Formats: sequence, structure tokens, C-alpha cells
Amino acid sequence: MDLLRLSTAGSVDDGKSTLIGRLLYDTRSILDDQLEAVEDASRRRGEGYVNLALLTDGLRAEREQNITIDVAYRYFATPRRKFIIADTPGHIQYTRNMVTGASTAELAIVLVDARKGVLTQSKRHGFISSLLGIPHMLVAVNKMDLVDWSEDVYESIVDAFGSFAQRLGIDALTFIPISALHGDNVVTKSANMSWYAGSTLLHHLEHVNLGADRNLVDFRFPVQHVIRPDQDYRGYAGRIASGTIRPGEEVLVLPSGHTTHVRSVDTFDGPLTEGFAGDSVVLTTEDELDISRGDMIVRPLNLPTVGQELDATICWTSTEPMKPGTQYWLRHTTREVQAFISRVVYRIDVDTLHREPSSGFELNDIGRVHLTTSFPVFFDQYQLNRETGGFVLVDPHSNNTVAAGMIRGLVPQRERLTAGRREEMRRASPNVVWEGWNISLQEREVRNRHQAAVLWFTGLPGSGKTTIARATERRLFAEPCQTMLLDGDQVRHGLNGDLGFTAEDRAENIRRVGEMAALFFRQGCITLCTFVSPFRVDRDRARALIPEGRFIEVFVDTPLEECQRRDPKGLYARAKRGEISHMTGISSPYEAPESPELRVDTVGRDVDTIVEEIVRGLRARGIVPGAG
Amino acid sequence: MTLDRRSHLHQLESESILVMREVTAQFERPVLLFSGGKDSILLVHLARKAFWPGRIPFPLVHIDTGHNFPETLEFRDRLVERLGLDLHVGSVQASIESGRVDEEPGPNPSRNRLQTVTLLDTLAELRADAALGGGRRDEEKARAKERFFSHRDRFGQWDPKNQRPELWHLFNGRKNPGEHFRVFPLANWTEGDVWQYIAAEEIEMPSLYFSHKREVVEREGLLLARSPWNHLLDGERWEERVVRFRTIGDATCTGATTSRASTPEEITVEVLSSRVTERGSRHDDRHSEAAMEDRKKQGYF
Ligand SMILES: Nc1nc2c(ncn2[C@@H]2O[C@H](COP(=O)(O)OP(=O)(O)O)[C@@H](O)[C@H]2O)c(=O)[nH]1
Repeated sequence: MDLLRLSTAGSVDDGKSTLIGRLLYDTRSILDDQLEAVEDASRRRGEGYVNLALLTDGLRAEREQNITIDVAYRYFATPRRKFIIADTPGHIQYTRNMVTGASTAELAIVLVDARKGVLTQSKRHGFISSLLGIPHMLVAVNKMDLVDWSEDVYESIVDAFGSFAQRLGIDALTFIPISALHGDNVVTKSANMSWYAGSTLLHHLEHVNLGADRNLVDFRFPVQHVIRPDQDYRGYAGRIASGTIRPGEEVLVLPSGHTTHVRSVDTFDGPLTEGFAGDSVVLTTEDELDISRGDMIVRPLNLPTVGQELDATICWTSTEPMKPGTQYWLRHTTREVQAFISRVVYRIDVDTLHREPSSGFELNDIGRVHLTTSFPVFFDQYQLNRETGGFVLVDPHSNNTVAAGMIRGLVPQRERLTAGRREEMRRASPNVVWEGWNISLQEREVRNRHQAAVLWFTGLPGSGKTTIARATERRLFAEPCQTMLLDGDQVRHGLNGDLGFTAEDRAENIRRVGEMAALFFRQGCITLCTFVSPFRVDRDRARALIPEGRFIEVFVDTPLEECQRRDPKGLYARAKRGEISHMTGISSPYEAPESPELRVDTVGRDVDTIVEEIVRGLRARGIVPGAG
Repeated sequence: MTLDRRSHLHQLESESILVMREVTAQFERPVLLFSGGKDSILLVHLARKAFWPGRIPFPLVHIDTGHNFPETLEFRDRLVERLGLDLHVGSVQASIESGRVDEEPGPNPSRNRLQTVTLLDTLAELRADAALGGGRRDEEKARAKERFFSHRDRFGQWDPKNQRPELWHLFNGRKNPGEHFRVFPLANWTEGDVWQYIAAEEIEMPSLYFSHKREVVEREGLLLARSPWNHLLDGERWEERVVRFRTIGDATCTGATTSRASTPEEITVEVLSSRVTERGSRHDDRHSEAAMEDRKKQGYF
């Protein structure tokens, strides 16, 4: 028997309670005394039938009794599987509860009333489920008895919800037409809908593939507790958040960066040959290191992101509104750090999915924010790893959990706070100095016998950037220098494969290249970048990442007429025929550098001469040794 | 024994261990509430696993109503000795004698309600900031919304309107001085899971759980065991039946059920095909539908 955690949400009267009651009843999970109580209650309410909805104390009953509306957990089992249902109401004022219920669910049941079609409520639940990374979604089209078991009605709901789901990028989507009241297609197949060839709802729940939300690739072990019964044993207790680990494997400890090897993966029932995501174990290591709660053990070649400026989607769960700029505790894996919300990017209207400006969130608001933390946190993107991508915020005064967050990544460099502004905002929290690079640039340069630099070649399409840069790299490599050449075509396929050619995407393209160049620079390379990069701001942003004097802008200054005449890729011809919009130099501007470090003429000169001119320029600046 | 990794029991075990380790990390003076029943025996078993090869880092607290079955106390003492645990007993009898509470009037007084005071006194005495309990969400409707980490105010009270949302497996144990937490590592277990696990792990359980002969009296649909505290009412008489207990609590209000199940496996089968909830065999829960919710608000575990 294995275990499936699911969430259900529905608005009043969609039939959610009836459906859950039906599942419990038909799987014989309801016992006589419970059933008796329900029969009594049904009779008292003057209902002519046993109202299964009363079994789960539905929303209405809770309202009547004035009990807090909350997430209720229900349990049932079949011989194949145990099920845990997180049962939540679907109204907008219960978004917080839906988010809570969804956080551990592997499957979401979205209820749709066949008579009403796809309403806002169902979409909201769909959106929250996808936001919380629930891997499977099941849309139960209920009350089919009231639409004469019509296939057309069902199909139109499948179409409507299907296209909505596509926009959200939900792909594991299943539809089942049911009547919760009469039991059709819940546990037993319906005789009324012979046109439906799929499985019943329970059959689907019993057979859906489990563990789809488990990340088995990235080993992450947040240390929960150190176990030290005597001088000879020191073990790190925790639950493997993702990935797998075997004795003998090399591991790295964050934040210290120390490496060691795993000696054993221990449990009360004996050591394991391999620990898996979800196992609660005790790791011992070959070397005695100073490891404590809140540290994370990972593999040296597969690190999480480490940072203090988080870009996240959050849901506000407290009746106290958000106070941007004030201190909260941020709980993430087994770590707790101080944090403040440095920027509210936008609020999402969960009904229309529109983004709207906001200065702060209130209960049930969902949106995107930037957070700054007092110490680095080690995380993965929530969509890749729910265990290391989720966090909560706790109010230090009320101690309440005020927000649930899903990390999208680090705040993009260009949007980070300026140092001054950050200092100002961080006054209340301990100041933190970024850890430097493990091996300093200076050490690398001593070994390389030359300095690192970024040569940024800019110029019109067809100006000769690539030809010159390639020849220059060859020449430097022979010197010998450590070199690397980045050009548009390489990064367009991999790193920037997600980007198109809108103005925004072009800017992002250049930003990423700049970051990448900075990494190669740190590694000691003379890094040659050839990008049209027509806008000064973009080039200046890349320049800002590199120390003064090491960013060499090389302006390949070929006149437009000459470029058009050469047209090595036929781009100008195509632009002229109107096949390319935003062609730099033709329909989109090129902002020539005002004071490039190097400017080269290409008209009537051969490549070797130009290369020698550039290398002389590098010698003159002390980047490459030898007389300038 | 090692459970199949994909099995629900393995996942429940791992989750419970995670919760217990979180308790030692977030609290200074946690205790484990030991009732003598299967759930608290299971808690002890899981705590051994959670901290092995270290010792269980918190003491056991038993609230003794003075109406316990002798088998319960014997089992408790043996368990404590075998595992070298620390045990604190809070006595309801002592609370009555010191005037903290009054015995219920009537011929068959139950001390179930009284034990809340003794419990809170004992927790205060130990300066406990977290109390682990064996409560499960499937036991009762009012428990379905219970958290793993359940906040209690200064008076030990549970405020259903002020429960913290619990997401993923991130538990918020922050509190003000004087407040404490109840923690329920078994929240997601059902009675069936508990017995399947007991069978798989071969955990020793008190004999009361297994089928045996006993003198009982049938009252309001419950089979109450003969004991020094249960007195016959007019027209009642003791009769011998083959029974077992599904829960073990105060002898004055815990009913036995007719059963021939004498091993954990047989009990598992019985529980999975049972038609009555385990709390249906408790007198105290039958008083009113909202009985449990009320007692929880006052600090009952
Ligand atoms: N005809 C019909 N009525 C249904 C069906 N499912 C639920 N209902 C009725 O719809 C009403 C609301 O159901 P309930 O389960 O309480 O909805 P909830 O508010 O989503 O929990 C009740 O009167 C149910 O009997 C169905 O499949 N067919």
C-alpha cells in the first residue's frame, strides 16, 4: 500500500462534501456510529435521504456552528493505497486555506458543476494548484445527472478548462464526468454515460503515478539536529529533501563550503546502502566538521543557489497586512533567518490572473515580491524542488505565520537594491558581508601569467566582429593565454533558449551574457564576447560587473553601407524585403560607443593587422605581458 | 525491520520522525505525554528511531487518574525501565486531595475531565514548553483540523480561531514566555495504520488490547470492565465475555468490545472491517457531539 496526498477545493454547493462523503462511504471508510449520526442529522434537517455531505462537516455546517473555516484532513484507504485529503473551501476568502492544503498535495481535485460550467472558482483553484506545484490535476465534472448525462455539456467543459489550464502550463490534466450524489463514475462505472471510456475517479486516484513531485536528482540534506551520544559518534539527523545519497560519496557543506565523504547513512533499523528523498536518516561523515542545524549537505557538483536577495511569489496568510521594510523571520528548510520585503513587484488578481500594482498585501493576496535576508539561504526554484523552494514568513511580534512563499530565483541583478539603499533598509538586521570567491582572481592570474579581461566586441551586423574576435582568440590562445569566446549563436540555443527577440528579451539576453562573462572573468579568462548589443545601457550594465580597466569595449567601426555590401548572412537583404523586423541599423537604432577602449577600422585592411592592433592594445594595458 | 520505501507506513514513520526532531530543535523542555495506550507506546517507539543512536531526549509524563487498569501501569513501568527513560507521574488523586479539583458526584465518577488540571499543573511544574501527544486526526471530527504544532495560550487553551497555517513541512514553534505547544507526530495516522505498523514492527503492546476473558457490565451500549471504581446500578450484573479494548483510558469510561482478535494482524483485519469508530467505545465522547471540541479548548489532550 502506498500513499497519495490530495487536495480538494470547491465552492458551496459544487458537491465537494458529497463527493468526499461518497468516497468515504463507498470505500467503507465510514463507520456505523458516524453513519448513524449523519442519518440522525439528515432526519433532523428534514432531508429525505442520507446526506453524505454531512459526514465531512461541510462548509455550511461550519458556518452554522460558527467554527473557523479551515483545512480539514480526511483519511481513507483501499487495498492499493492510503489517501489523505486536504479538504478546503474554495471561496476567495479562503485562498490561504487552499494554499495550505495544496502545499503537500500530489493531486488536486477541482470540482466543476456541470450546469454552471467553468466558473471563476474552479479557475482559481486551478491557478493555486499550479502555483503550488501540484503535479496532477483531476477535474471532476459533477452533477451530470442534472444535465441529462450529456456528452456535449461535458466536452464543452473539457474545452473551456483545458484551454485555461494550457495557459497555466498544467499538463497532467484528467477529466471525469461524475454524479457524486448517485455515485456514477466515483467508485463504480456509470451506466448512464456509456460514451465515457475513461476510468472512474477512485480508479484514477488509485493508479495515478506517484512521486512526480519528488526531485530525485538534486541531493539536498538540510540538517535538522546533531546526534552525539558519545565521543565516537557524531551524526547529522534530517530528512532527505531531494535526491539520493550513498556511503562513500563526496559531499559539500553549506555555508562553510568544506567537503568530505559520507561514511554512513544510518537508521535505527540499520545502515542503508542508499538514502532516498523522503527518508529520515542520520548521515555520518569521514571528516569531523563543524556542522549544525540549518546547514545543508549537498554534492559539490550540484549546488543549490545561494543568495540573500530572493525573488518569490507569496500568499499572505495573516489578517495583519504586510508591512514592507519591517523585519520578519523567514523559515526555509531547517534554517531561519531575518528578512524584509524590499519590493512589492505586483499583486495577482487570482480571478483574472492580471498583474496589478500594489504597495503591500493583505490576507489572501498572492503576488510577487523581492526579499532581502540577513544571511544567505540555500535554495532551488520552487517549481524544480518544493522542499527547498518553499518558505514561510513569521511575524516576530505575534509569532504568527503571515505568509507562504515560493522562490522563483535571485532578484535579477539590474533590479537589486543599490548598496546604499540596502544598507539603509537593513539597519535593523545584522549586516552581512558576502563571502568572497574560494580562489581569488589574483591567485589565478599568478598561475596564468596574464590578467583576466572581458573584450566586448560591438558593431553593426556584418561589421566583422565575429571574424576578428575569433582570430584574436586564436592569437591569444597561442600566447598562451586562457581564453573563452562567447557569441550570440551559442547562447541563443542553450542558456538563452527561452528568450525571443522582443526588446525586453534582447536586453535580458545581453544581461545574461554579461553575467556569464563575469564568471569566466573570475575564472581568469580573457573573455571575448561578440554581440551586436546596440544599446549603450546594456553594454554599460555588462561593464559594471567587471573591475575598472578590465572591460575593454572593442568598437568594430564598419560603416553601414560596407556592412550592407558584405551582408555575410543575407540579413540586410531579408530586412529589405521586410522579412526581419527590428533589424539593427535598418529598422532599429544602433548606438555607437562614445569612448570605446579600442576602435578598429576594417575597410580595406586584413584581419591579421587588426588582430595585432588589438593585441598591442592589450599589452599596453598590462593584460597580456610583453612590450606594448 | 525495514519497511518498503514506497509504503504508506514508511512515509508516515519518516514524517513522524521529522516532526519529533523538529521538536527537540525548536523547544527547550519538551515532554512526551504517555497515556499507556497504543498511540503513546508508538510515539515512544518512533522517538527511539528519531534519536538513535542517541537516547530519547525528553521525559515521559503520565497523568494518572487513579482509575487505571493494573496492566497499564505494569506495562508503563516495564517500558520505562527497559529503555532507561525518565518518567514523571501527575496524580489526579493528589489534585483532589489538595483541593485543586473536586471529584464528580454520583456512583461512578469519571476523572477524565479532572485530569486537565493535573496535566497543566504538571507541565507547569516541569516548565515544559512542548508536549508531544499521540492524538490523530482521524479519531474525531474536531481533530480533523488539528495541526502538527498546536499552539496553546498561557492557560493551556486551544483557540480554534487562531491556529497557524501549516505549509509543507515547515513548523512554526515560536511562542511567548508561558505559552506552550502540543505536538502531534501521529496526526496523519489512522487506527488501521497504527495496527499495521505495530504488526510490521512487532511492537509489544499491553495485553488489554488482545482478546481475553473479562467480567463486564453492559451499560448504555458499552461494556464496562469490573474494577474497584465501577459499581453496579440497579438491575445490572457482572458477566464474563471475550473482549478486548480498542482504546485504553480511565477504567470508568473506557468500554471493551467483543472480539476474538489476539494478534496485531488479527486486530488490523478487525479494525479495517470494523463498523464502529474507536471513540465510539468511549463514554466521555458520547456525552455530546461537540464534547471533544469543548474539552480541547480547555486544554485536554
Ligand atoms: N443532482 C445532484 N446533486 C448533487 C450532486 N452532488 C452534490 N449534489 C447536491 O448539491 C448540493 C451541494 O452539495 P455539497 O456536497 O454540500 O456541496 P459542497 O458545498 O461543495 O460541499 C447538495 O444538495 C447535494 O445533494 C450530484 O452529482 N447530482
